[in-house]
This record gives sequence, structure tokens and C-alpha cells, in this order.
Amino acid sequence: MPEVRPRVGVLVFPGSNDDRDAAWALQALGAEPVLVWHGERELPALDAVVLPGGFSYGDYLRCGAIARFAPAMESVASYAANGGLVLGICNGFQILCEAGLLPGVLRPNASLSFICRDVRVRVERTDTHLTSRCGPGQVLTIPVKHGEGCYFPPPDLPEDQVVLRYVTGDNPNGSVDDIAGIVSESGNVVGLMPHPEHAVDPLLGSADGALLLASLLDAARERHFVGA
Amino acid sequence: MKATVLVRPKQGILDPQGQAVESSLRQLGFSVADARVGRVIDLEVEADSPAAARAEVERMCERLLANSLIESYEIDVGDA
Repeated sequence: MPEVRPRVGVLVFPGSNDDRDAAWALQALGAEPVLVWHGERELPALDAVVLPGGFSYGDYLRCGAIARFAPAMESVASYAANGGLVLGICNGFQILCEAGLLPGVLRPNASLSFICRDVRVRVERTDTHLTSRCGPGQVLTIPVKHGEGCYFPPPDLPEDQVVLRYVTGDNPNGSVDDIAGIVSESGNVVGLMPHPEHAVDPLLGSADGALLLASLLDAARERHFVGA
Repeated sequence: MKATVLVRPKQGILDPQGQAVESSLRQLGFSVADARVGRVIDLEVEADSPAAARAEVERMCERLLANSLIESYEIDVGDA
């Protein structure tokens, strides 16, 4: 029996620029990526949804603040409410926060500089659909590239919603408590600032991102069978 | 009816733009203890009364113009 290729939707907003990289990486890892235009009101049948990086709507007002009202985001919200797997990367993380699907908000980097470099992040939880292939406390090398990645949590964010932390001394943007990635209370929505899709081949400097995306695909395959 | 929204970073929220402005002002010789940078949004709204305009702009702030986790806002409604 051929291995199931889970169908993963990759949303495309005006100003997304990592949509094709995300689709390429997902395909390389065994998924069938489906690009979904932001103007679509209904999602096709999907086993997971990825909101990619970029600068949707030029980051006007606040990053992600306008994209959250795109027609497709209503469907993403109901998809998430029904337990669907959602992953937001960089701008996708910002959009999920603005949409209220994840707690907190991303602010301009403390340095005010755009930062593009590899960072080291520590896996704080291995029981999420982003980290199931990682070991507890495993340190991953994954690039960031953002101007607004300073995560500000709500005052009552439970510690167990933190999935990834920048290794001490390697916090690139001033994020509170070195937080690099979080999971929703419901457990099915995850967002992170680093770009796993840019780290899926040793040729690119690191293949650690593949662990995260392959974890997502493991979970998406399980959903595929449940949904079928 | 004209309305103006003033959006500010809340107290205690790191404001790197404000810090950069503050340090620039100091370099220019000004004596500044603190600077915070917000945003002004001028609107032209259709409403029957100033109170109705204010209520409408407040909804705009809650939905889009401000993020209540990190920002506060003030609304000024004028006739003109």
C-alpha cells in the first residue's frame, strides 16, 4: 500500500512570500500541498492547514491585523474550532495571534532591526503536532527572518502552552521569556517565528526544520484516516 | 463626521520605536526622560450623531484599529 500523502493547505495572502517554500518543503516530506487563495470562502478537504511567512498586506497597521479578516480566515477559524490542525509560521503566527486563534501578539523586534539568521530553539513540549518527532529539550537550529517577532504573551499564559524557546542568549527579537513558539489551549493550533520550511535539507545549513514539519505530517496522516 | 483615533502602546509595553526617538532627541541635545510612539488615525464616518459616531469608532477600535493586549486608544469626535 503506498504511503498516504496528507493534503495540506497552504494559504496565500497578498504579500505572502514563503507559501511556495512551505509547499515545496511539505511535498519533499511526503505531503500533497494545496495552495489556497485568501479570497476563498471555503477550504477544500484538508488534513492540515499552514499559514506561511511573508508580509501580508504590507504589515500595515499591525502585522497580521488585516489578513485575519480575509475570507479564508473565517474557514480557518471554523476548521480550527472543529479540531483541525493549523500551523502558522512567522507572518502566519502573527495572523493567528491577531485572529485570536493563539494568545498574545507579535511586536517590532526590540532592536528595531530586521533579523535574518539561524537561531537555536529548545523544544519545551514533545506532545504537540509540531514537535512529536523531537526529543525533550532537543535544541534545533532554524532560521528566523522578521522585523516583528517580539512575542508578548497575555499575562496569564500557562507555561505548558510554550512549545519552543530561544536558547538562552540566542533570543533574536526580545520575545518575553524567550518564547519562540506556542500552542493553543485546545492543542491543535501552533505558531512559531522560526522557519522550519527553510531548514529541511542539510544543504541549507540545517535539516532540523524537517523534524517539525514531519511531525505535522504524522499528525495529518492520522487525521486523514480518521476523516476517511 | 470627522473622528480621530489615537492609539498608544500601553504602559509597561516595550516600545523600541519610542526608545529610538528618545535616544535621538538626547543626541540632539534635548532633555527627554521618555518617549512613546503611537499612531493617529483620522476617519470620516457617517453617523446621525456624535454619540453614534463614537460608538461606531469604538467598534472599529475593538475589531481592527487597536490590539487591546498591548495598546490603548482614545477617540475624538468632531463636527466640521
